Amino acid sequence: MNAITAVPDQAAPIAQRLPGDRDVWIFICAELLMFGAFFIAYIVNRASELAVFNDSQRTLDRTCGVINTLILISSSWAVVQALAAARSRRPQLISTYLGVAIALGVAFMLVKVFEYTAKFEAGLSMLTNTFYMFYFCLTMIHLMHVVAGTVILTVMWNKARAGGYDSGPLQGLETGASYWHMVDLLWIFLFALLYLLR
Amino acid sequence: MNTLLRNTNHRTWLLLVIATAATYWLREDAQLGAIAGFVTLAIAYAKGRLVVLDYMELRHAPRLWRSLLEGWLVAVTAIILLVYRYGLPEFGGGNVAG
Repeated sequence: MNAITAVPDQAAPIAQRLPGDRDVWIFICAELLMFGAFFIAYIVNRASELAVFNDSQRTLDRTCGVINTLILISSSWAVVQALAAARSRRPQLISTYLGVAIALGVAFMLVKVFEYTAKFEAGLSMLTNTFYMFYFCLTMIHLMHVVAGTVILTVMWNKARAGGYDSGPLQGLETGASYWHMVDLLWIFLFALLYLLR
Repeated sequence: MNTLLRNTNHRTWLLLVIATAATYWLREDAQLGAIAGFVTLAIAYAKGRLVVLDYMELRHAPRLWRSLLEGWLVAVTAIILLVYRYGLPEFGGGNVAG
């Protein structure tokens, strides 16, 4: 047990070290390639239907987009703080920060539900036009990633509360954190493309 | 404030918030036209790079992994920028701009 608690590489990120499980990084690369293809499909279609895309974009609630961007940025911050707390062996802070990250993940979902409801009530759907097809498909696929990420964070929060990160390696926590940051990274581009670029 | 800025995590968060606010303001300013689009994409790239290097901790990761994610950022942003530029009405793209 002592041998495990004395693992030296948990104090701080070390040069030339990949945080978390290598397999999650292969998965992250695959996800980025898939979303990258979506982004390019969006911008190519936009170029041929500029008026439709610009007019439809005006009907989006940009404030909701900004709020959700700030929510994910802050949630990622909380996850990094949780990891820092685990590395500096402050166990009670790990679950606190993970709890903040989970709450923000749920807040993102609620804002999205509010946004979708407003669109459906206005008679808009993914069949309305090409812009809305992209808007609903891309944000719903991303939302599924947010839901999955929040479940992962909840599993880690439970483990943290049970003392699972009080000692020993933190690879599991790093793996979940990396996935959550990818969700944040993808939203940064979705926000710019769908809500801002005119 | 100094303590806040000395912590990489807090500093990254603050930069991301400022960058988000800047893009929001850019969209409000109708005078900027297509320039706002180029700046919006440049800011999205900068924000993405902060997430990759600081939040994902790839700044100190093996070169292969850092290059893969940074390469994705550069490639995706460059393609979007190019298609965006040639899709602008002044370059003969699309229908009438809204």
